[in-house]
Amino acid sequence: MVTYIIRRLIGAIAMLIVISMVTFGIFYVVPQWAGATPEALASRYVGRAATPETVHLVAERLGFYDPVVVQYGRFLKGIFVGAEYDYGAGVEQCPAPCFGYSFISGQPVWPDLVDRMPVTFSLALGAALIWVVAGVSVGVISALRRGSLFDRISMGTALAGVSLPIFFTGMISLVVFSYGLGWTPPGGAWTDFTVNPAQWAYNLLLPWITLAFLFAAGYARLTRAGMLETMGEDYIRTARAKGLRENRVVVKHGLRAALTPILTLFGIDFGLLIGGAVLTETTYTLPGLGQYSILAIRNQDLPQVMGVTLVAAGFVVVASLIVDLLYAVVDPRVRLS
Amino acid sequence: MSFLDVKDLKIHFPTDDGLVKSVDGLSFGVERGKTLGIVGESGSGKSVTSLGVLGLHKGGRARISGEIWLDGEELNGASAEHVRGLRGKKMAMIFQDPLSSMHPYYTVGHQIIEAYRIHHDVSKQVARKHAIDMLGRVGIPEPAGRVDSYPHEFSGGMRQRAMIAMALSCDPELLIADEPTTALDVTVQAQILDLMRDLQREFNSALIIITHDLGVVAELSDDILVMYGGRCVEYGSAEDIFYRPEHPYTWGLLGSMPRLDREPTERLMPIKGSPPSLINVPSGCAFHPRCPYTDRTDGRSQTEEPKLAETEGGHLVRCHMGRSERQQLWENEIKPMLESQ
Repeated sequence: MVTYIIRRLIGAIAMLIVISMVTFGIFYVVPQWAGATPEALASRYVGRAATPETVHLVAERLGFYDPVVVQYGRFLKGIFVGAEYDYGAGVEQCPAPCFGYSFISGQPVWPDLVDRMPVTFSLALGAALIWVVAGVSVGVISALRRGSLFDRISMGTALAGVSLPIFFTGMISLVVFSYGLGWTPPGGAWTDFTVNPAQWAYNLLLPWITLAFLFAAGYARLTRAGMLETMGEDYIRTARAKGLRENRVVVKHGLRAALTPILTLFGIDFGLLIGGAVLTETTYTLPGLGQYSILAIRNQDLPQVMGVTLVAAGFVVVASLIVDLLYAVVDPRVRLS
Repeated sequence: MSFLDVKDLKIHFPTDDGLVKSVDGLSFGVERGKTLGIVGESGSGKSVTSLGVLGLHKGGRARISGEIWLDGEELNGASAEHVRGLRGKKMAMIFQDPLSSMHPYYTVGHQIIEAYRIHHDVSKQVARKHAIDMLGRVGIPEPAGRVDSYPHEFSGGMRQRAMIAMALSCDPELLIADEPTTALDVTVQAQILDLMRDLQREFNSALIIITHDLGVVAELSDDILVMYGGRCVEYGSAEDIFYRPEHPYTWGLLGSMPRLDREPTERLMPIKGSPPSLINVPSGCAFHPRCPYTDRTDGRSQTEEPKLAETEGGHLVRCHMGRSERQQLWENEIKPMLESQ
């Protein structure tokens, strides 16, 4: 068990290193292969009216003439111990984790990211709760009543849920429930949980449901397929032969075994979401990481884009690490292999 | 009436391709302390029968008719909930493959404790003690240490012992073992059979052993029922079946038994063809397409179904051939052939 945990931890760290290399490569190395000079990279950091001499100076100060390895090392150092930027006029301290400064606002990237994390996290957490409970229960009932009216309707709905994009269901729900019926606030409403929990939940209700609908559909289908498989297993027959009540057979023996693949999927889905629920946040104008990344890309704000990319990738790695560890708890056979 | 008395049991499954008559008019009985062996090829309806006795087809698509009397109580007409209460307590089952029959995510102890606590209102500690006790009784060394192991941490034989411990945890009066040794090594098979014999004596339960292997029932059975295509073709005491068999299918099964005292160069005498489809059961005698003696019945075996008729002393045979003809065939042809091998 301990070696399993250590192996997974090493794997996760290795994955993070690879991700940082790839991200760094995409934003700093690949443009140079494509013909971008260090001056071209540096020109993003200076005003439009800068003279070639200024650009050259900035490129030198930012180290764009150094070998790639040195640049990558400095990039990592910025993340772990912080960085100092010498703009000539004075030295700017960027504390760890330093992802640099926004081109547009001039603010450091990391505090911005931290500010937006609660929004995305709240959105993902609430939606996940809804979709897991709804998706799994619908899946179980559908599997037990295969071919029934309930099964057909729920699986038809699930197909629609998987196929309809957020910007469609989100818009429709806004039109109906916010602007039409006035039950929920229109997009853009955000209250921090610590300020007012009720308002927090009320504002997020519609985004939660819309996002959960998309995911619940997939979970319902996966649960149904898993339950159909496990309920045909020999150990289900054994459980019945013991005289166990049917609902206990279904939950304790059937669902328990069917949950493992769902757990895996959940880890990846949740990890991806807390790195930014791009479509949902855009549709409902929620100030989360997803909206942040869209703005960053639109403004070609390189440090912001890199920062949000690395943080999002980090979430996925951590989430899948947690799932791997949970796996060992859920499935005892994993502990041996 | 016997302790378990099954009368004219029919278990049919409607499918898209037609009605599957898995069990079609089966009757048998077994007393406490006695053992019945049900023998037949794959798909002959043996397992369906045992699941039917336990009421595990209830609520499914199966159409069940006939009577199942257990200790003077009719089970086929009883409510599913009532039969559930008897299952595991009054009647229990041991399954073929103990690896797939035990839940991979729960410890062996947990599964035995669960079985015990369904029917006994005791604390987990008491049930755990009982589980350790049961594991010890089925011959698992250091039961207190193994009780928290998972099924995949046991060897095949140990796993089957644990399965038996689970089935016996509530002291059932009827125990059905469905191919209890098929998934095991030969050396372990004998141990498990010995164990079952000892435990049956100890618990004085009625035992039904379902197998395709005549060698297994030879070890244990008092009575033997030979099934073919969902029906009984021969039913009698173990002596009847082994020393005076009268049905050509039984002869075929005996001829297919590998024996150690046989010369390695000699071949087995397998039954030709394959078991019948249970949707399109052959007309007349279901065994006639594979039977070497159909020409002796004036074509009746193709058109007319033979009755299950008693010869003597409770020995039942379903065959069109006359009794004397069958006895002659056995004495003059089959028996010498089996013995010469």
